[in-house]
Amino acid sequence: MGLLDYFRTSRSNSASIARERLQIVVSHERAERNKPSYLPKMQKELLEVVRKYVNVSKDAISFTMEQDENREILELNIVLPESKGSNG
Amino acid sequence: MARTIVVTSGKGGVGKTTTSASVAMGLAQKGCRTAVIDFDVGLRNLDLIMGCERRVVYDFVNVINGEANLNQALIRDKRCGDLYILPASQTRDKDALTKEGVGQVLEELKKDFEYVVCDSPAGIERGATLAMYFADDAFVVTNPEIASVRDSDRMLGILASKSRRAEQNQDPIKEFLLLSRYSPKRVNMGEMLGVDDVQEILSMDLLGVIPESESVLAASNSGVPVVLNKESDAGQAYVDVVSRYMGEELPHRFINEERKGLFGRLFGG
Repeated sequence: MGLLDYFRTSRSNSASIARERLQIVVSHERAERNKPSYLPKMQKELLEVVRKYVNVSKDAISFTMEQDENREILELNIVLPESKGSNG
Repeated sequence: MARTIVVTSGKGGVGKTTTSASVAMGLAQKGCRTAVIDFDVGLRNLDLIMGCERRVVYDFVNVINGEANLNQALIRDKRCGDLYILPASQTRDKDALTKEGVGQVLEELKKDFEYVVCDSPAGIERGATLAMYFADDAFVVTNPEIASVRDSDRMLGILASKSRRAEQNQDPIKEFLLLSRYSPKRVNMGEMLGVDDVQEILSMDLLGVIPESESVLAASNSGVPVVLNKESDAGQAYVDVVSRYMGEELPHRFINEERKGLFGRLFGG
């Protein structure tokens, strides 16, 4: 690498910024698409079971799936309706 | 056994048609009977890149609809007798392609050809998904540029989950990275993602690097696939790509900046 190239390189290194941004977005999108395919169906069925007993709305249930090196975490969050009286 | 190759990328303008034309011509020049199909219904361009736009009579959609048979629609290349082009329809829309129809045409072609190269349109709509659905091998054309790399990764996801091989639990489609419009000089200056960066992000085998080259535009201007220009760097790069695909072990070229003299090295260019 030439003398002037050295200064040029230190001036701007947008390629390394691109690399870092890509690594983050690609790993995120891969995690998203590697989610098991049964997830939506399971979500629907769980919601049906819950609704047998508690009257919750369809968007009151949320699913998140996270993955790190050693384990996968499936988080199920159901927001129960407010108790009687407060919404009347 | 015939092999079906899809040339895909997700993003537009990265060099899919240039690659389809040159890979198909390269395979045919090795003596393999090769057909190349334009899947970009409504926006056909492979005919221009191949230089046979004035010889188009029937097209892919005509064959699918039974309005013409394959032999009527296939255009034999005038430079290489082992190469045939099946143009896309220019007047229909992309929904004219059906999975059954495409499958039947590919089956018929595979009886007669060693390689069937499918030039995918950009995007992830019907033309693109059908171009890759029946593939055995995928050439993923990527530019060293952030949007292209991301879109390529998206295509890898689709290749792995929505192809016939995936649906029928067969061996997965073999994926090959083709890094095009590469400028070693800009990589050295820290302005462009390097070949190692792209390979690491996509975790794919590198089939070849096609350097950014003036000869590509000159080739499309004149309707001659750039692989036929043996003087040009891009042409030689495509010759290497085809040889590597067919099993030859060749060192990668066009990755490093050409060596300059002392003066050039000191003051750059």
